[in-house]
Amino acid sequence: MSHPPVIEVSGLRMRYGDTDVLDGVDFEVARGEVVTLLGPNGAGKTTTIEILEGFREPSAGEARVFGDNPSTADEDWRARVGVVLQSWRDHARWSPHDLLLHLGRYYEPYSTPERKRPYDIDELITMVGLEDHADQKIRTLSGGQRRRLDVAVGIIGRPELLFLDEPTAGFDPQAKRDFHDIVQGLADLEDTTILLTTHDLDEAEKLADRILILAGGRIVADGTADRLAREITREAQVRWSRNGERFVQATPDATQFVRELFIQHGDEVADLEVRRATLEDTYIALVQQFESGQTAMTTATAFEEPGG
Amino acid sequence: MNPRTHAVKTGLARGWHEFALGLRSPQDWGFYVFMALVTLGYLWLNRNNTVDGEGISMSLPAFAMPSILGALIAFGLVIGPGYSLAMEREDGTLLRSKAIPRGVTGYVAGQVVLHSMGIIPTFIVILVPGMFLFDDLMQNGAAGWLTMLWVTVLGLLATLPLGIILGSLVPNVQKMGTWGFFPVMGLTAISGIFFPIQALWGWVQVVAQIFPIYWLGLGMRSAFLPDAAAALEIGGTWRTAQTVVVLSLWAVFGFLFAPRVLRRMARRQSGSQVEAARHDAAQWVR
Repeated sequence: MSHPPVIEVSGLRMRYGDTDVLDGVDFEVARGEVVTLLGPNGAGKTTTIEILEGFREPSAGEARVFGDNPSTADEDWRARVGVVLQSWRDHARWSPHDLLLHLGRYYEPYSTPERKRPYDIDELITMVGLEDHADQKIRTLSGGQRRRLDVAVGIIGRPELLFLDEPTAGFDPQAKRDFHDIVQGLADLEDTTILLTTHDLDEAEKLADRILILAGGRIVADGTADRLAREITREAQVRWSRNGERFVQATPDATQFVRELFIQHGDEVADLEVRRATLEDTYIALVQQFESGQTAMTTATAFEEPGG
Repeated sequence: MNPRTHAVKTGLARGWHEFALGLRSPQDWGFYVFMALVTLGYLWLNRNNTVDGEGISMSLPAFAMPSILGALIAFGLVIGPGYSLAMEREDGTLLRSKAIPRGVTGYVAGQVVLHSMGIIPTFIVILVPGMFLFDDLMQNGAAGWLTMLWVTVLGLLATLPLGIILGSLVPNVQKMGTWGFFPVMGLTAISGIFFPIQALWGWVQVVAQIFPIYWLGLGMRSAFLPDAAAALEIGGTWRTAQTVVVLSLWAVFGFLFAPRVLRRMARRQSGSQVEAARHDAAQWVR
């Protein structure tokens, strides 16, 4: 049984003044997938998400979510999509309980036997860990508590697709773990498709089925954390010691290198450690690659246009 | 269940909840009491002044009290939603509503209820002490109260959409002074609220009569004052039919344009915009 992709993006461009924030972005997200969008600040992650949420119209290209253009999609479409944006300061006088109760009501007409909408409020409040703060004014919540409320609002309609823009910014480690449990629960139990942005690479690796790296307005990498590491940073690090002296060697073929190491030194080799590139290594390598590429291009342009 | 009707109902409950939150808030009461003190203080200081016309002389408070109530409707329902919308655009309330199915419909329904309800405490804090401070404020009995009611409702329909248009067009909260507050205050000054409009030049009278504030004041005076007091008005009558026509025209104008302007504004809402507004606001405070 195959479903059409939940998100289809092709040739997406976004131009502000003279700068192309997005310069031909293409990707797809299948139903039930958890996809993380990584990229340096200003790479266009938020812009991409806002286009998919229907809050922004691209300058060119096509974005389809559930087969519809998000910027013209109707309210039934809206009921299937959950949104957690970067910053809210709204409803300061309301309590989390009253706000969730109120916002949840909008989803009642969209409830189906398979997908009961909205969530039970008390269940939701417990799920995000706000049970001790459900009745105090939102204004008095800490930054982390506010963010938990934002997540609760984002999922109150039991969305089939959830957008999370830096959901764990400002979370302490415990809050982060709680949040990861929620996301994994949504993906596993509710078959929710999730697209999230983050700067936390461990988080990306932990949550995502697939990682997209956005740099310079394009998707420069697309794959599982493992695959990205293998394809982009091919070298592994081998560490060992011999006669109390420590060695480090980067090599594209760690297995062959270690075999030779043993043939040469036998029992003298100790403390052997082979470390594959982490997502962080991959990410840094990619972004650096891209940035040096961009510098080269800028220089080339400068030479083409003398007297500018 | 029709989702649209459902959203409107949810929005009405929202407006009621916000109104109730306001009633529990010291800031809101502070605002109501401040308004009452300014109004009643002004009237009390002028309690011995009179407004004179051909064959009639009445105390200034008797003339100005109903006029001020009329002006307060316009003030509350233009400036109130104006500020709300400008502020809730910046703090993300509107964006939150946009992210929810038919949330903007509910949001607007809530604004209508919230600001309409706001008239009630405004009137109470001014009218109740006013009744004790000044004699014979209401001279037409039950019929007078009924007139007050329809003038209020019609005034609400005429001015609230203007507040929504204002709130949708004003670039940010800081601009509400120049876009909303000062124009409304200026218009109030020339609309025959504090003294009969005939004291002003002819062309100013014409300008004032284009806008709803003059007619709200006139309608309120017709509710509170005896028929003889109509001698102080333009043409020597209450011009009730004209009051209904002008206020209705404004209502029709508002109901035609407010949804369009609002939709256009709501369409442009995005997270980055909220973020930028927050940034600007922080700059402005510093």
